[in-house]
Amino acid sequence: MALKLKDLTKNKEWLTGGHRMCAGCGAPTAVRQILLAAPQDTNLVVCNPTGCMEVSTTIYPYTSWRASYIHSAFENAAATISGVETAYNALKKRGKLEDDFHFVAFGGDGGTYDIGFQSLSGALERGHRMLYVCYNNEAYMNTGIQRSGATPYGAWSTTSPFGSESIGKVQNRKDLTAIVAAHNIPYAAQASIHNWRDVARKAQKSFAVNGPSFINIMAPCHRGWRYPMEKTIELAKLSFETCIWPLYEVEEGQWKLTAKPREKKPVEEFLKTQGRFRHLFTPENKGQIQIIQDFVDREWETLLKRCGEA
Amino acid sequence: MTWDYSDMGKWSWKKHPRGAVIPKAGTAHDYKTGGWRSQRPILDKEKCINCFFCFIYCPDTAIIVKDEDMKGFDLKHCKGCGICAHECPKDAITMVDEIKAKQQDESASA
Amino acid sequence: MPRTVAAIGTDAVAEAMRQINPDVVPAYPITPQTAIVETFSQMVADGRVESLLINAESEHSAMSAAIGAAAAGTRVMTATSSQGLALMWEMLYIASGLRLPIILANVNRSLSAPINIHCDHSDSMGARDSGWIQLFSENGQEAYDNTLQAVRIAEHPDVKLPVMVLLDGFIISHSIDRVDFLEDDKVQKFVGSYTPEYPLLDAKNPVTWGAFDGLYGHYFEFKRAQQQGMLNAPAVIKKVGEEYGQMSGRPYGFFEEYHMEDAEFAVVALGSATGTIREAVDIARCADMKVGMIKLRMFRPFPAEELVKALSGVKAVGIFDRSDTFSGTLGGPVFVETRSAFYESPVKPLMSSYIYGLGGRDLSFDLIEKAFAELEETARTGKVKERINYLGLREGEVE
Repeated sequence: MALKLKDLTKNKEWLTGGHRMCAGCGAPTAVRQILLAAPQDTNLVVCNPTGCMEVSTTIYPYTSWRASYIHSAFENAAATISGVETAYNALKKRGKLEDDFHFVAFGGDGGTYDIGFQSLSGALERGHRMLYVCYNNEAYMNTGIQRSGATPYGAWSTTSPFGSESIGKVQNRKDLTAIVAAHNIPYAAQASIHNWRDVARKAQKSFAVNGPSFINIMAPCHRGWRYPMEKTIELAKLSFETCIWPLYEVEEGQWKLTAKPREKKPVEEFLKTQGRFRHLFTPENKGQIQIIQDFVDREWETLLKRCGEA
Repeated sequence: MTWDYSDMGKWSWKKHPRGAVIPKAGTAHDYKTGGWRSQRPILDKEKCINCFFCFIYCPDTAIIVKDEDMKGFDLKHCKGCGICAHECPKDAITMVDEIKAKQQDESASA
Repeated sequence: MPRTVAAIGTDAVAEAMRQINPDVVPAYPITPQTAIVETFSQMVADGRVESLLINAESEHSAMSAAIGAAAAGTRVMTATSSQGLALMWEMLYIASGLRLPIILANVNRSLSAPINIHCDHSDSMGARDSGWIQLFSENGQEAYDNTLQAVRIAEHPDVKLPVMVLLDGFIISHSIDRVDFLEDDKVQKFVGSYTPEYPLLDAKNPVTWGAFDGLYGHYFEFKRAQQQGMLNAPAVIKKVGEEYGQMSGRPYGFFEEYHMEDAEFAVVALGSATGTIREAVDIARCADMKVGMIKLRMFRPFPAEELVKALSGVKAVGIFDRSDTFSGTLGGPVFVETRSAFYESPVKPLMSSYIYGLGGRDLSFDLIEKAFAELEETARTGKVKERINYLGLREGEVE
């Protein structure tokens, strides 16, 4: 299907300006790109766990949402929206509701990889018709840049600082998209805000699914990553070009790359743009970048095999 | 739905909606985040090709597009992050100092 | 015709749920609550009720889903026990803070550690300040009756608070007792249809639930408004209890007074123990002991004024608590609150705390009689021997 940006400009904006996300934040762009691709004849219920998005878009009495919206706590966005979706089904069953709704949750990586993981897994297994989006900025940014299960090896954070005894985070991130795909849900994908067309297509597929769908979308945070704020899109693109953040989808069990970098850039190209990796470029940490490269290569090879491209 | 919350600071506990529900959608549109700006985007319409990259990358829904034409910026909400200028393939957007831009606005309207 | 059946307590609750026919039931299994959701699940599977189940992967998610479904605009019920209620803790406060009229049947069970599956009130007592209305039941019949009334109370526009119906684990939940079930249509008429406030699923008027109050500071006002729901609740509970009485022949109030009219000393208790204590009162009365009992049904909101009035005529009161406060010095929770209620009263009976039945320890007649004897002595001498007593605790010499 042809997807034109000029067509998206005519679609409903579900998130208004006037929210209090930081200038240059990648997350609201992720939300806009996904919701601009929502069916135009539906209504939405949006859910956030506690996090940047929630505290910045619903500061009483100001809400940035033109959709119905609910937040209840941190670890339970998937459970909360599954309650809303079931309520919808209950009212439809009893003939008490005419309008159609779609259900979307936007959780950060902390609220998705870590504290909200059980709730997400349960909701996926139960098969609720909902799109769960992880806007991934690779740390707990709302509380001040603490490491999460999505924080990559070697990254500085306030709870994985570098020092004489540590190079920053000493563990690799987990592969949440693959873990979600292992729930055998109809649609799971990895996306990045630099590739709006890819995002919109994945969102359209997700909205069309009669069951759970999941998008893990790279949404850089300049406060946490330490780079100039205008470079948010550029950094997202670099994560893709270095194969640190590949773009793919798993549709009914079929793995497929949805975009492939023309040339695979060395991870150094990505790392050197950000203050959170600055300490890796000292002489004593010389070997660390290779460790990161090896990890990225291994994950990339595994992905190529899964996608039948190896 | 109309909901006048302009004097909310004085509201008694009896007046608020039950359970802190915000009973109206999109009220944040009333809130000005433009004051955060230290840099202001300026559009050179001659260079603009209506690719809408600025529109799709803007975190603040602050790019005004009407009838497939990029019209400019919603300065009430634009925080001046500069993503639009950085991503513009034709360098049609430049970031200028907000204070200077304001002074120019004032002298123009004076 | 109403049906009289022999039913275990959990089946009585499940039957009430079937007759209420709530829109959504999110739940997670835990002993001894399991029988409620098992029975109800079968009812759903057999098409005997229209409700949709959410088999949540934890109690925390069950309550989270309940909150989502209630905010969406549906009537929601759930059930749990013990650790399950503890895991819901965070969400209990959110349910009441959002003013969602969710109904929860809690089958009272002790809290770990050590792990123990039997009855005490540690679970729900810990949640006594979570903003939920709490109604205790003496038996399966009351668990059934309380569940039906809970819907009307929770959803009343003056209240809009979640309600916890409490029934003792195993003693009520797994014991067969005579229960009178009302006709389905009578129940439907009694509970009525539900009109939600600000439903998420109103496409014409999208609303935001769970907003952040971090910057402008209205939190204090919201909490005061929440307290008003609790302050309004007694009048509603009273009215609903009377109306239910007219329909069923079983009226309900805040508490039941048993032989209080001429009592010189009294016992206050809640839950299944009141059945045993009532028998003990009858026996003691045969021996000319002037003892009375107050069976507390409504623990939240706490009927301070009415309780003071009811107890003002006696010289000594023993407050039976099936949990402890771990305050070191204050005694059981019902004791603490009843004593506190008397602070301004010109008449103050002497009071002692009787903590009993922890982890399912039986409350036998001889233990109640021991307490009666002590309370009678207190009434006679004007002296409290031990303010805090552990009734039925093994205190023998270590061999």
